[in-house]
Amino acid sequence: MLLTLITFSSFAIGPWLVWLLRAPRRHLTPWVALLPAVLFAGLASQVPAVLGGQHPTEAWHWIPSLGVTLALRLDGLSLLMALLITGIGSFIFLYAARYLADHPDQPRFFARLSVFMGAMLGAVLADDLITLLVFWELTSLASFMLIGFKPEDPASRRAAQQGLLITVGGGLSLLAGAIVLGSAAGTFRVSEILTQGPALAAHASAPWVIALVALGAFAKSAQVPLHAWLPNAMVAPTPVSAFLHSSTMVKLGVYLLARLNPVYGDHALWTSLLVTAGLATMLTGAVLSLRQTDLKRVLAYSTVVSLGTLVLLLALPHPLAATAMATFLIVHALYKACLFMVAGIVDHEAGTRDTTRLGGLARRMPLTAAVALLAGLSMAGLPPFVGFVAKELVYEAHLEAAASWLPVAIAILANGVMVAVAGVVTVRTFWGPLRPTPQTPHDPPAAMWLGPVLLAVAGLMLGVAPGLAGGLVNAAAEAVAGHAAPTSLALWHGLTPMLALSVLTLALGAGIYQGWDRLHRVLKARPAIDRHGPDAAYDHLMRGLQRLATWQTGVIQSGSLRRYIGATLVVIGLAVGTTLWARGGLAWPTLDGALSLHALLPALLLLATAALLRAPNFMPGIVAAGMAGFGLALVFLFHGAPDLAFTQFSVEAVAIVVLLAIVGRMPFATTDARSPGQRRTDALIAAGFGAVATGVLLSVLASPFDQRLSDFFRAASVPEAHGRNLVNVIIVDFRALDTLGEITVLALAALAAAAVLAGTRPRPASSSPVEEPPR
Amino acid sequence: MNALILRVAGRFLLPMALLFSLYLLWRGHNEPGGGFVGGLVAAAGFTVYALPRGRAALLAALRWPPAAVAGTGLLLALLAGGTGLLAQAPFLTHQWVLTEGGLALGTALIFDVGVYLAVLGAVTAFVSYYLDEETA
Repeated sequence: MLLTLITFSSFAIGPWLVWLLRAPRRHLTPWVALLPAVLFAGLASQVPAVLGGQHPTEAWHWIPSLGVTLALRLDGLSLLMALLITGIGSFIFLYAARYLADHPDQPRFFARLSVFMGAMLGAVLADDLITLLVFWELTSLASFMLIGFKPEDPASRRAAQQGLLITVGGGLSLLAGAIVLGSAAGTFRVSEILTQGPALAAHASAPWVIALVALGAFAKSAQVPLHAWLPNAMVAPTPVSAFLHSSTMVKLGVYLLARLNPVYGDHALWTSLLVTAGLATMLTGAVLSLRQTDLKRVLAYSTVVSLGTLVLLLALPHPLAATAMATFLIVHALYKACLFMVAGIVDHEAGTRDTTRLGGLARRMPLTAAVALLAGLSMAGLPPFVGFVAKELVYEAHLEAAASWLPVAIAILANGVMVAVAGVVTVRTFWGPLRPTPQTPHDPPAAMWLGPVLLAVAGLMLGVAPGLAGGLVNAAAEAVAGHAAPTSLALWHGLTPMLALSVLTLALGAGIYQGWDRLHRVLKARPAIDRHGPDAAYDHLMRGLQRLATWQTGVIQSGSLRRYIGATLVVIGLAVGTTLWARGGLAWPTLDGALSLHALLPALLLLATAALLRAPNFMPGIVAAGMAGFGLALVFLFHGAPDLAFTQFSVEAVAIVVLLAIVGRMPFATTDARSPGQRRTDALIAAGFGAVATGVLLSVLASPFDQRLSDFFRAASVPEAHGRNLVNVIIVDFRALDTLGEITVLALAALAAAAVLAGTRPRPASSSPVEEPPR
Repeated sequence: MNALILRVAGRFLLPMALLFSLYLLWRGHNEPGGGFVGGLVAAAGFTVYALPRGRAALLAALRWPPAAVAGTGLLLALLAGGTGLLAQAPFLTHQWVLTEGGLALGTALIFDVGVYLAVLGAVTAFVSYYLDEETA
């Protein structure tokens, strides 16, 4: 029950925040941080059990007929991710309470943030591929709403759409991969797939699964060339960048790859895909980060580098790689969330986050500077910070794997750039000559510095005593590697080759930092990167899509309702008629007892049809069509289908009233404006379709009636569903899911129609739209 | 549209249509009727009432905005289905309380109320845009 509560409480509470945090209760906002904090405590209570080798699991029936379960499971990897999500989430909530204090839409922001957190928890706790996928897509949707938090800004709209299309497109690929994997394994349960292990990698479907899953994960974790959306997402408010786009959501792709690593880790395609993507991403991110001047975008590209590092680590064959990956996951989340919040503080207090306009801020905001320095040193991988521990591990994994010199070289270059970025974000911004900024900065209130301070201190603490996280790291590494990989984390390893590489990295980083401005100018002077990069390709693609849509709309949508109906009838009539004729289904029923009093009804129907054909304009036409409808309802009534008759009567009644109302408002021509040729064509279509329908109905009557379904419903209705009206029992019980789908479509159609119609009616400014009640 | 006959008829038809629709909804599980027909009858009542009176009158008579009525219906149907999950059964497995007198009350009724509201809300939302603005 605990895992279910942890997953769904954010969804249950989130929407109410819109109401709860409204104007008179605005001062309650900081207390929202209790939600992630309580969830963190709940997860922390499970740490001893998980470290003891237990895997708390909860499973609820969802779609048992398809083998889909709402299953949640806690192992080392999911616990680590969930703790990061809720732990960093607590600080982000607190921070955002202050950061967006003046924003009118703050309650809605928190509702979206809570829904995101719930989706994220669901995705990492899921023990079922389909469950995972649903939450995965929910994180994309939540991210869309959070990036697009300022919908009046075109850049915000574009970034939100780009992020959504790329991650959801990846999600589609993942869906296909999950289905192929599920059918190959015979189960969607992740834990059962993992027990089958490498045997699945030998299955014929393996290359498909790997390619499809990797594409989904790469899109989510911003691997080259699908990385463009992540830096663009920096238009979102800083708490979103710190939470979604550095420490949690973008790690989801890495998480999924790590999840499946025990199965496919030894597959050649898996290794080559991950190595290629990881290296390319590290290199691209490192180079592109040098072109930026916006603090947040610099940090975003360094996140891209880190994501590449994580993906590369997964593909390294050495057991130490899993430990290095788990450690780096924690380290990166700690310092990156912290630095983003620092960037947000600088932006908030100084009024700009342009690195060329910032400097010497330490004099004005000493506390923020100290925090930035602590996090920056961890990012640069200097002892005694946990960043150093992680970097040593990464280098050790590289050297032990000893595949070739290229990955090591790229890793050193990427880490050198990380050192330089850390320098730019901290040293350059806070020390040196004080530069004038739009606002006079000072340290922010406690709600904004508390999180960064604690995260930075945690980075230092875990560096001095890395054993504190050792158990969790080992448990996570075991889940990633598929077998126990106990390593004791230590700050000091002695004079090792890794230490030499670290020194080399620092020297390189210092060099890049010194030449930052020159490098920046050189790289900025290459507009080809902007013109031919994936970001530009995305725009080309979108423009192409719009042109295609315009062309297709012009071809298909003539705008004439009469043509649409004509085309629909011709297609249906031809398809059905050809099938009936070609398959030899035409038959003539016996008409015993057909001539009775009921034969009067068809006469009524014929009369109504004749009246419809003779109708000079819409008014009598509608009445005549209604008459035909009522006649049909009578047929139903006399043939033992009172429910159908009832519904038909009501539909006809509503239809006539609504149609009359429409005719009263819309500028319809009072007389028939068709040419004689058009009239002949329409008559031909109508007659042809009528003939086909008649043929079908006669043939249906001629074939013997299959009683099985009716027998089942008749037998099961009262004992199982406690109702004697079969039709209604089917609607609300036996096929309730269909009904749910239908009323959803009905409601959405009404909403869509309302949106269209609201635009067509001239309206005085004072009247209230349908969505808001008159108060 | 301003017609005396419609105005007077609407005033009497609305309560009758609503009563009849609730009757249909209630008996639906055993006799012809149900939430769908009930919702349609109620919507017809509201439409006839509102045709000569205008949009404001419709919204006032409904009390809630039509979209909210439809949304509430969807929510009720979802919640009724969700009770199955709480009982460790698949989604939309209805739960029943059987009384001594042979009356069976179940979440199917809540689901049907949801259907009723969804139909009513959808039709009135649509109709409201074809009504005159202010005719009160």
